[in-house]
Amino acid sequence: MASAPDLNIDYVANLARIALTDGEKAVFARQLGDVLAYIEKLKQVDVSRVEPTAHAFPVTNVWAEDAPRPGLPVDAALRNAPARRDDMFVVPVVVEGE
Amino acid sequence: MSSELTFKTVTELAALLAARKASSVELTTAFIARAQAVEDRLHAFNSFDEADALAQARAADARRAAGQARGPLDGIPIGFKDVIAVEGQPLTCSSRMLAGFVSPYDATVTRRLREAGAVLWGRLNMDEFAMGSSTENSAFQPTANPWDLARVPGGSSGGPAAAVAAGEMPLALGSDTGGSIRQPASFCGVVGLKPTYGRVSRYGLVAFASSLDQIGPIARTVEDAALLLGAIAGHDPLDSTSYAAPVPDYRAALVAAPGRWKLGVPKEYFGAGLDPEVGAAVRAAIEFYRAAGCEIREVSLPLAADYAIATYYIIATAECSSNLARYDGVRYGHRAAKAADAVDLYFQTRAEGFGAEVKRRVILGTYVLSSGYYDAYYLRAQKVRTLIRDDFLRAFREVDALLAPVAPTAAFRRGEKSADPLAMYLSDIYTISVNLAGLPGISVPCGFTAGGLPVGLQIIGQPFQEAGLLAIAHAYEQGHDWHTRHPAL
Repeated sequence: MASAPDLNIDYVANLARIALTDGEKAVFARQLGDVLAYIEKLKQVDVSRVEPTAHAFPVTNVWAEDAPRPGLPVDAALRNAPARRDDMFVVPVVVEGE
Repeated sequence: MSSELTFKTVTELAALLAARKASSVELTTAFIARAQAVEDRLHAFNSFDEADALAQARAADARRAAGQARGPLDGIPIGFKDVIAVEGQPLTCSSRMLAGFVSPYDATVTRRLREAGAVLWGRLNMDEFAMGSSTENSAFQPTANPWDLARVPGGSSGGPAAAVAAGEMPLALGSDTGGSIRQPASFCGVVGLKPTYGRVSRYGLVAFASSLDQIGPIARTVEDAALLLGAIAGHDPLDSTSYAAPVPDYRAALVAAPGRWKLGVPKEYFGAGLDPEVGAAVRAAIEFYRAAGCEIREVSLPLAADYAIATYYIIATAECSSNLARYDGVRYGHRAAKAADAVDLYFQTRAEGFGAEVKRRVILGTYVLSSGYYDAYYLRAQKVRTLIRDDFLRAFREVDALLAPVAPTAAFRRGEKSADPLAMYLSDIYTISVNLAGLPGISVPCGFTAGGLPVGLQIIGQPFQEAGLLAIAHAYEQGHDWHTRHPAL
């Protein structure tokens, strides 16, 4: 089955921040093309006067007291850090110099 | 003694503990021994900590000796799908992305079970990040079905279902986003319940699809499932989608024989694609209720039948693409060793850490949310979701609950569907709409195929009516002996 014409796998994988191999791109484009072709059937449904449901039994305006409470302790938060120095996560340089 | 213990119900085990005929250490030792005997073939666990489990058991025995036992779950071992946070224990979601991750906190359900005195042990295998219907998507190893080791246990809660079915533990917690408790329960011949969305807190459940996920019990009997549900259900300020209403005494609601219930049978769920043996077992269950005096009515769920899968695979993938954005190698989890810069770190980390199915779903979800496609896909799917929910609510004006199959087949062979993602998705046909509509659903064993594979009956209930749902399921169970059968493993 041809991949869905609109699924630009390079573009979407870039948005999703996943580096795909050429092999993965070919296989996923085909597999997702099949899924998207199946999903096309949703266009048959008349949704002209229908509200979207984001939440099956909505609870609204769930408030919390604006009062401080203890959060995750620093050591716990850093427990699984790939790299750590003092109380900080160590990461590759993000901000380039001048 | 030990092999007798491992297939007892929680109700029976609690009675033994209360009568001082067994200790929590004896129980826990028996389950550990059982796990050690069968795990080489079953692979239900990602890990377990024997010493920690026995320490918890000793503490439970000490409480009981001091007259301070906390209730029926005190000293009972309970297993956790490796997607629910237990402080100090691994939390891998069966993914390389979280290999080595140790949870720094307890989920709310974990805290409640700790307070109930349960022995929290075992990290149970699953499809990676709960994405799958066979546990074949685990990054570590597939789990076998204890009734036929060449077949899948179902998914994504395949580890918990297989472990309970095989007598490795009497109770487990799974999670269900599109059928991931009910379908493995059906494939493994145990009871699995997905509560109403909002009935059980999702705090500490690693998020897959936030509008669909629920934690629920997997057990040998409906009564045991009711007991576990009662311990974990309830409002949680840490989960703003959790429902603020009292939790009834679910066990007290169970009745020995069927009441004069009105039960609906969705006609679209018995058409082509349903395996004849599965259909026969489910129809026999329907006849049981009819013969017991229930009114059986045909109902119609046209939109659910035709559009639930398409709707789900837009909404669930969209939500998962957002939820899995956090796995970026920065604060926890896998970090790629070689990356050109900070952004490349994300690309490489996610390429290395995620398995194929996860990548597929994140990419699909990103696509359906992306500019130019959001209205055509995501917004449209949310509107069809309204119509699917309305199908159910309309049916519930006529009937108390619905009876249906759980899956179109019994457990399939390992490898049979893993090459074709769409074929795997289509097997979720009977369970997925229940998550979209937010309803409670239970799978209860209702027979076996000629080949000896379990078949489950799905009962779908009205919102927040788990008590009624459990009563309907219990009455069926007590009229049969499926729950007394165990795999030969």
